[in-house]
Amino acid sequence: MAQMAAEGKQPDVLFWVGCAGSFDDRAKKITKAFVKILHQVGLSYAVLGTEESCTGDPAKRGGNEFLFQMQAMMNIEVLNAYEIKRIVTTCPHCFNTIKNEYPELGGEYEVVHHTQLIQELIENGSLTIQGGAFKGKKITFHDPCYLGRANNVYDAPRSLMQKLDAELVEMKRCRTNGLCCGAGGAQMFKEPEKGAKDINVERTEEALSTGADIIATGCPFCNTMMTDGIKSKEREGDVEVLDLAEMIAQAQDL
Amino acid sequence: MGVPNLIFLVILLGAFGLFGKNLMRIRRNILLGRDVDRTDQAGKRWYTLFRVALGQGKMVTRPIAGFLHILVYAGFLIINIEVLEIVLDGLFGTHRLFSVLGGTYDTLIACFEVLALLVLVSCAIFLVRRNVINIKRFGMKEMSGWPKSDANLILIFEIVLMSALLTMNASDAVLQARGFGHYVTAGSFPVSEFIQPIFSGLTDDSVFAVERITWWFHIIGIFGFLNYIIVSKHLHIMFAFPNTYYSNLEAKGRFTNMEAVTSEVKMMMDPTADPFAADAGGEEDAGVFGAKDATDLNWVQLLNAYTCTECGRCTSECPANITGKELSPRKIMMDTRDRIEEIGSNLDKHGADYIDGKSLIDDYISREEIWACTSCNACTQACPVNIDPLSIILDLRRYAVMEESSAPTELNMMFTNVENNGAPWQMPAADRLNWAEEE
Ligand code: SF4
Ligand code: SF4
Repeated sequence: MAQMAAEGKQPDVLFWVGCAGSFDDRAKKITKAFVKILHQVGLSYAVLGTEESCTGDPAKRGGNEFLFQMQAMMNIEVLNAYEIKRIVTTCPHCFNTIKNEYPELGGEYEVVHHTQLIQELIENGSLTIQGGAFKGKKITFHDPCYLGRANNVYDAPRSLMQKLDAELVEMKRCRTNGLCCGAGGAQMFKEPEKGAKDINVERTEEALSTGADIIATGCPFCNTMMTDGIKSKEREGDVEVLDLAEMIAQAQDL
Repeated sequence: MGVPNLIFLVILLGAFGLFGKNLMRIRRNILLGRDVDRTDQAGKRWYTLFRVALGQGKMVTRPIAGFLHILVYAGFLIINIEVLEIVLDGLFGTHRLFSVLGGTYDTLIACFEVLALLVLVSCAIFLVRRNVINIKRFGMKEMSGWPKSDANLILIFEIVLMSALLTMNASDAVLQARGFGHYVTAGSFPVSEFIQPIFSGLTDDSVFAVERITWWFHIIGIFGFLNYIIVSKHLHIMFAFPNTYYSNLEAKGRFTNMEAVTSEVKMMMDPTADPFAADAGGEEDAGVFGAKDATDLNWVQLLNAYTCTECGRCTSECPANITGKELSPRKIMMDTRDRIEEIGSNLDKHGADYIDGKSLIDDYISREEIWACTSCNACTQACPVNIDPLSIILDLRRYAVMEESSAPTELNMMFTNVENNGAPWQMPAADRLNWAEEE
C-alpha cells in the first residue's frame, strides 16, 4: 500500500490479510489463492503489509477492551491516512470487527468478505468459472459464526459452490443454526474447558455424516478446527477441508 | 351493589394491588442496572415486537412445540375477552353482558370453548413432554427443584382454569335451558355440551351451586394466576413485549463499544490531550469495567433475566454445552435473575448500604462457565424472546480481564503477543508479508 500511495495511486480495494492469513501456514495458502483470483480478474488491490496489525478481535472477545481499542485506533489511523474506502478480508473475524466495531471509533469503510467479492466478480462478468474440477464431488459448507449469524451472510458462499458444479449437501445444523467450530471468542488461543468432547470434533462428525468429500468454509480458524477434526477422525486421506477461495482458484487452474 | 359484588371488588382490588406492588418491585430491580440507550429506531423496534413477541416469529423453528405454544398463547389472549365479561359480571351482576351482541356472541363463546379445549390439550401434551418423554433441555441440572416445579405448576394451573371455565359454561347452559333465574339464553357451547349430561340428574339448585362455585373458582384462579406469574418464569407472557422492543438491533457480531475505555485510550495515544478534559465534561464515574455483580449489568440485560422463560432453546444450541462444558446460557440468565432478586430483597430488608459480600461472578456464575463461551451467538439466535446471554458473559469477562487481570494464562499470552507483535501469535510484525514471497 505504501508503495501505491507513493506513486499517487488508489487501489480499488484493500485486501486485509489478517493474522492467520499472514502467519499461519495453512491460512497463507488461502491468502495466496485469493490473490491469484484478484490477479486473474485484474482488480487493483493493495495490502498494508507490515503496517497491518491485529484487528483486536481476539482481545475484544477475550474481554480486553483496552487492548482492542488500542489496536483498532492504530489500524484506523493507518487506514484513514491512506484514505481507504473499501476493504476485503478472507477472515470473518476481521470482517466483523472492521465492519461493525471500527465505525464507532472513527473507521468507516465498506467491508466485504472475500466470498462476497468473488460473487460480485462473477455477477458482473469479470470472473467466469469452469466447474469441471469439482464435478461429481459432494461438498458441505460449514458456516463461520462471524460470517453467518453475526452478519447474516449465508448465500454468498453457497452461490459460489453452485458455480462449481458440485453437489452441495447441507449439514443438519446449517445457516442460522450452524454449529460453531469451537474457535471463536478467543477459544482458538486456549485449551477448551473440560467437557465430554471437543467442539471441533462434534462439528467434524456432523460434516462427515453428510458423506461429503470436501468440507468447504470461509474462515481460516474454522479451517484449522475442521482440519484438526478430520485428523482426529483419521480421515485426512479421503476428506479435504478447503476455503472457497482455494476451490475457485483450483477450478480456474490458477 | 350486593354483598357478592362487594366481596368481588375487594378480591379484585387485592389481586391487582398485590400484582402492582410486585411489578413495581421488579421495575425497581431492573432499574438498579446501568443505563443504556435503546430509544432509537422506534419503527424497527415495534416491528421486532410485533414479529417476535406478538407474532411468535421465532417459536416455529421447533414446529411441534411452536405450534402448541401458539395455541396456548392465542387461547390466553382471546379468552381474556371473556374474562373481562366475567369481571364486569362480578362487579355489577351483569350476567353474560356481551350477549347483546347476538349471533356474534354465540360465535365468540363457541371460539372460546374450542380454544379452551385446545389449550387444555396442549398443556397436557406439554406436561407429558416435560415429565414423561425425556427431552434433554428440560432435564438439565439447572432445571432441578423449583424451576421444574414452576414449569409444571403453570401447566397444571392452566388445565385447572380451563376445566373450570368449561364446567362453568356447561352448568350455565343447563340453567339456561331450564329457564332458571337470570340465566338468559346466550352463547353456543360446542365443547361443554359434552359435560352437560352430568348435570341432568341434579336439581336446579345444585346446578346453580355448581355454576357459582366454578364461576368463583375460575375468576379467583385467574387472579391467583396473575399473581403467580409475577414470581415465576411465566413473566415472559408480559415481559416478552418490552424485551423484544428493547432488544439489540445491531449485527449480532457487533460487541458494544466501551466509551470509558475509548477516552482513556485516546488519552494514552495522544500525549497532548488534557488528562482532566474528560472529567471536566461532567461524565459520571463509569464504575467498574465490565460486570462483577448484577447491578453492573445494564437494565436491558436485567430485563432479559426477568423475561427468560427457561425454555433452554439457547442451551440446546450452545456448542459448549453440547460438548459437555459447564456453560449453559439459560443458567446465565437464571443466575442473573436470582442474583438481582437477592440484591433487591437485601435492599428491602437492610437498606441501601447493606453489602452481602456476594457477587454474580463466583457466587453464581463460575469462571469455568464464562471462559467456555465461543461467542458464536447460537444462544441469541435461538432465544424466542431475543434474550442476549452472550452480552452478560462478555461483561463478566471484561471484569475478569480489566479489573482483576485474571484471564486464563494462555489468553494472557495471546494478549501480550497482540500488544507486542500485533498478532495473537509470537510472530514478528516484519514477517507479515512473507507469504507473498513464498511459493
Ligand atoms: S455464544 Fe457462548 S453461550 Fe451462546 S451459544 Fe455460543 S458458546 Fe454458548
Ligand atoms: S434465554 Fe431465551 S432461549 Fe434461553 S432459556 Fe431463556 S427464554 Fe429460553
